[in-house]
Amino acid sequence: MTIGATLARRAALSLITLWLLSALVFAAGQLLPGDVARAILGPLADARAVANLDHQLGLDRPLLIQYRDWVAHLARGDMGESYAYRAPVAPFVRTALEHSLKLGAVAFALVVPLAIGGGVWSALRAGRPVDRIINLIGASATVLPEFVTGIVLIMIFGVWLRVLPITANWPPGAALATQIRYLLLPSFPLVLVLFGYLARMARAGTLQALAADYTRTAVLKGLKARTVLWRHVLRNALTPTITVTATQLGYLMGGLVVVETLFRYPGIGGLIYAAARDRDFPMLEAGVLTVGLIYILAGLMADISHALLDPRLRLGEAE
Amino acid sequence: MTLLPRMPLRSAGFMIGLLILTFWSLCALAGRRVVPFDPFEADILNALAAPSPTHWFGTDQLGRDVLSRVVVGARDILLVAPLATALGVALGVVLGLVSGYFRGIIDDVVGRLIDALLALPLVIIALLALTAIGPSRLTVIVVIGVVFAPLVARTVRAAVLTERNLDYVAAARLRNEHAAYILFAEILPNILPPIAVEASVRLGYAIFTVATLSFIGFGIQPPSPDWGLAVAESYGLINGGIWWPVLFNTLAVASLVIGVNLASDGIQAAFDA
Repeated sequence: MTIGATLARRAALSLITLWLLSALVFAAGQLLPGDVARAILGPLADARAVANLDHQLGLDRPLLIQYRDWVAHLARGDMGESYAYRAPVAPFVRTALEHSLKLGAVAFALVVPLAIGGGVWSALRAGRPVDRIINLIGASATVLPEFVTGIVLIMIFGVWLRVLPITANWPPGAALATQIRYLLLPSFPLVLVLFGYLARMARAGTLQALAADYTRTAVLKGLKARTVLWRHVLRNALTPTITVTATQLGYLMGGLVVVETLFRYPGIGGLIYAAARDRDFPMLEAGVLTVGLIYILAGLMADISHALLDPRLRLGEAE
Repeated sequence: MTLLPRMPLRSAGFMIGLLILTFWSLCALAGRRVVPFDPFEADILNALAAPSPTHWFGTDQLGRDVLSRVVVGARDILLVAPLATALGVALGVVLGLVSGYFRGIIDDVVGRLIDALLALPLVIIALLALTAIGPSRLTVIVVIGVVFAPLVARTVRAAVLTERNLDYVAAARLRNEHAAYILFAEILPNILPPIAVEASVRLGYAIFTVATLSFIGFGIQPPSPDWGLAVAESYGLINGGIWWPVLFNTLAVASLVIGVNLASDGIQAAFDA
């Protein structure tokens, strides 16, 4: 199969996934017990007012029609109207997404060099104490819930040492450097969760490349250790790690719900949390679908970057 | 089954993990019978007292003994997470056996379903479902179990794909055995090791998820002394120098999660060896 066909197939599968996801999210909305209008208007509201609002919101129509309209609106970028704010959802999602992208960018800028550096270093020292320590840190950090690491970090850096602000909300009009300073502490739990997996990938890839024949050849023909490492080992070792990094973007989103709640940061995770708390279903649906979409796009990006980085795939010789 | 002889009893990590798990399980079982104070009894006059010889871990906002609450707090998470895991593994095994053995349309549908579920982090799916049906211990178990099912199914399916071509399955087929018999009496006993590994990994995720959901208020509900819940109730206080209710509950979650994962790594290593 050529690379174009492979990617086209992946794109088509992504569309099916997206459709299933939308059905899943819509179905969850239908599980809501009781009446949406009743929930908005409160238990004391007049039955006629409730029926009126139901009609206004279009909730008295058949489910399939509601789903069709909902999808049609989504396709046009109209994510509906928030129950809590009685205003279109889309602008809220956009602002939240911008915030989350900033936080995610800081986390990735920290974790990618750290994890790749740590993974390669531990592969070069395989079996020695450094290797074990990096493995241990990675393995424990990955399994700890973000609120656990987040709180320990707040206690250490925010309360005890007082070197970093403990909320993520910078004063209005703050410069970029200040914004990043405010985002450091919230990004640490995300860094910890991602570090273990990425470092393990980098370590495994490096070990494999170190054992490969081409590395042996490069060493035997007398190349300097540094040249062997950079030109022969790392180029081959890190391709899978880069691919995995893209898919981790989706994983990051789960952590955002917790971290943004913990640090009271108005990102997409915070939006999903607040919408769930207020039972603001259109907002919740929009937030969840956005996260799903980002994850699916990240997966596609991973495939494309993998195809571009691996000449065997690029030239259509694979499998 | 040669499950037991190969158990990694001599691996330090596995033993530490098992020890931690046993400790918290005993806490969960003994609960209120062994703690020095009633974990639910408020004593407002004595609220937020620092750790002392009477209250080793101090008291919380309502003056309840933090040590007693941490010990009893093991109960709900150690009830909910294993039950959710059991449900997910049971459903996943059936789904994986069927889709791996029959292939075809069932296989395709399950595969797509897994992709759609994987497109969302577990915590977000759980939030969506729990908002829709309302949080309770039962709904948390069902939601996590249902989300785990396709993930477990994927592992089981992969194992079934190699087994279904083996001679013993062909022999059973020639004997004209019923498909259900082949699946559950012939294939299932042979794929128990990967299922055991998968179950232990899932248990780690379940504990992670239950604790996280409780922390954001969608898991175990008050007045349970659950750890995630306790952290959520008191983390606002740490900036005021009141660290004890937060720290001890956080450490409890951390130790349980690390314990489960150490044990799970040990089991995995034993089967890989």
